[in-house]
Amino acid sequence: MNIIVVGLSHHTAPVEIRERVAFAPTAMAKPLAELVALSAVTEGLIVSTCNRVELYATSRDAEGCIAQLRRFLADYHGIPLEELEKHLYDYRGEEAIRHVFRVSSSLDSMVIGEPQILGQIKTAYGYAAEFKTVGLILNRFLHKAFSVAKRVRTETEIASNAVSVSFAAVELARKIFGTLTDKTVLLIGAGEMCELAAKHFLNNGVAQVMVTNRTFERAEKLAAEFKGKAIPFDDFPLHLQRVDIILTSTGAPNFILGAKKVEEVIRQRKYKPMFFIDIAVPRDIDPKVNDIDNCYLYDVDDLQGVVQSNLKERHKEAKKAEAIIEQEIGQFFRWLGSLDVVPTIVALRSKLEEIRRGELEKTFSNLKDLGDKERRAIEALTAAIINKVLHQPTKVLKQAQDEAAGDGYVDAVRALFDISAPSPEGDIQPLDDSDE
Amino acid sequence: MTLNILLFKITLLLYLGATVLYLVDVLLRKELAGKAGRGLLLAGFALHCATIVTRYLEAGYTPVTNLHESVSFFAWTLVGIYFLFDLRYRLSVLGAFVCPLALVLMVVGSAAPKVAQEINPMLDSWWFPVHVTLAFSGNAVFTVAFVAGVMYLLQERMLKSKKFSGLYHRLPSLQTLDSINYKCLTIGFPLMTMGIVSGAVWANSAWGGYWRWDPKETWALVTWFLYAALLHGRLTIGWRGRRAAIFAIIGFLCLLFTFFGVNLFLSGEHSFKALSGQ
Repeated sequence: MNIIVVGLSHHTAPVEIRERVAFAPTAMAKPLAELVALSAVTEGLIVSTCNRVELYATSRDAEGCIAQLRRFLADYHGIPLEELEKHLYDYRGEEAIRHVFRVSSSLDSMVIGEPQILGQIKTAYGYAAEFKTVGLILNRFLHKAFSVAKRVRTETEIASNAVSVSFAAVELARKIFGTLTDKTVLLIGAGEMCELAAKHFLNNGVAQVMVTNRTFERAEKLAAEFKGKAIPFDDFPLHLQRVDIILTSTGAPNFILGAKKVEEVIRQRKYKPMFFIDIAVPRDIDPKVNDIDNCYLYDVDDLQGVVQSNLKERHKEAKKAEAIIEQEIGQFFRWLGSLDVVPTIVALRSKLEEIRRGELEKTFSNLKDLGDKERRAIEALTAAIINKVLHQPTKVLKQAQDEAAGDGYVDAVRALFDISAPSPEGDIQPLDDSDE
Repeated sequence: MTLNILLFKITLLLYLGATVLYLVDVLLRKELAGKAGRGLLLAGFALHCATIVTRYLEAGYTPVTNLHESVSFFAWTLVGIYFLFDLRYRLSVLGAFVCPLALVLMVVGSAAPKVAQEINPMLDSWWFPVHVTLAFSGNAVFTVAFVAGVMYLLQERMLKSKKFSGLYHRLPSLQTLDSINYKCLTIGFPLMTMGIVSGAVWANSAWGGYWRWDPKETWALVTWFLYAALLHGRLTIGWRGRRAAIFAIIGFLCLLFTFFGVNLFLSGEHSFKALSGQ
């Protein structure tokens, strides 16, 4: 049985194409039903996010299945296949397994290590399970992918450092202050990035947010949003003494905060550290502030630099993740291979033959006075019993080969007769969302 | 080889293993290694306790009369104090800095002559263990302050220059390091003070005078003033962060000289020669 992946992602298709082939998350019943109705498709699943649309399927006929899936994607959305084709990729067998493991571990994401993709795949799997378009193989496959993703998350630091400017600011503040719970943030001016950072600080438990703006109404509005306090723009230097973190993004052409003033403030604060985040261009705060003891000043470029180095860290961690995935692919691929009918029949036969040999030896050593003729008769008898017993199971297995149920039979035979199949670790576990 | 030397050598090996594991943790970011290192260090500490006790029983006096004994005792108090801090802060990176120091002390100790000798009868006083335990514990606490100071400066440099090495991700926040510095000061200073006072009291009962300006006493007093200045600066002027870290480092260097320099290079009642009664 083959695992097939056909799809497109931000690597291969621009957003104009991606939005046209996206499946609405609220109406998955119809496309899923049409997907498994395809003649070459045994089991099927659809993943659709803003960055990727992918079809996962199992099939006995890899070539045919890939062709049908491509056609399905084009036809379903009414796009000419010729137009769509150049954006599509397809994987089969080991490649397909690697691809899905990488996607769910967020190695294929636009921002490596971002956490949403795993949840999105879980949702996609939830729909497929609800509409019963997944069977033994995709069930195991997806659960395996989830556990691989979890392993990657816990064993590497792929998601541990901030990769956005506003989160990077919060992380730096933690490095300086430790806990943020008793800290006060002053927001000078307004701006999307600045407000976003203020929100992150609030979510990380800062005690108070103060807002100032040249237009006081604006300040009041923002302050209400953050449940903070608005202060008149001209008064803000008076409040600096009580402020630990200062976010600025005004449109002022000159520095609104000079090194002299900060030196004075920090002395009043008994040198308790201050963290300045200057997102404005042109800058609001004199860069010399960074040279003052216990003052830390980051401008927009500095924060971008932190983000870049964090991204580099993530890429380093991604290498570790690839190694984990390679390990897991091997295991899963062996289990998948064991589902083939012919090797199973051979294994079943040799298992019974082994039992027969063992029992014969025991019997013959107890009955030493048996003649050659009797011995041959007993051997023939036992061989005939085994052939008769195996006849029906063999027939069923061979017939079921081309149906979805076939894998179930193979799996059952392996379990019932204890024919060791290298199984992917553990049994199928219920979906848990606890790790999100 | 007597039992305590054997124990000493095993302790040394355990500290070596712990150091390697801690460094693997911090440099290669394998947290499991740090946990294993902590286990080894704890085992090493237990053996070290046994080393000190057996040495005491074999020699019949508190074992700080020569270089070998002194550095071993220093390392012992250092690791002990580290575990006290570990209870509160749980920082394996602190271990990664303290453990190598303890190891260096042990290596110095293993290179020094280990023979127990006839000692000055004056040491046969219960003031002796009191005095040295207080003084050594103070030293150990200030060593932790030194380590926190070094970590603070490293981290501060990275935050200011905006260039981050791998170590950055393992270092605790500046605030934590500064609070360790402060904590060490508030614990170490009273210990050191009591160490000096108990020494003076003992000197009075032994020699009939509290203070003789022997080099050790002089240097201890210099070190004491340094730490007193830092404590005063912290409490009243609000010295903290970088300045406090630098002070803790200078204080430690002074303390090292008081510990090693005076005993080895200068003569006086505290030199090992005098202690051994020669």
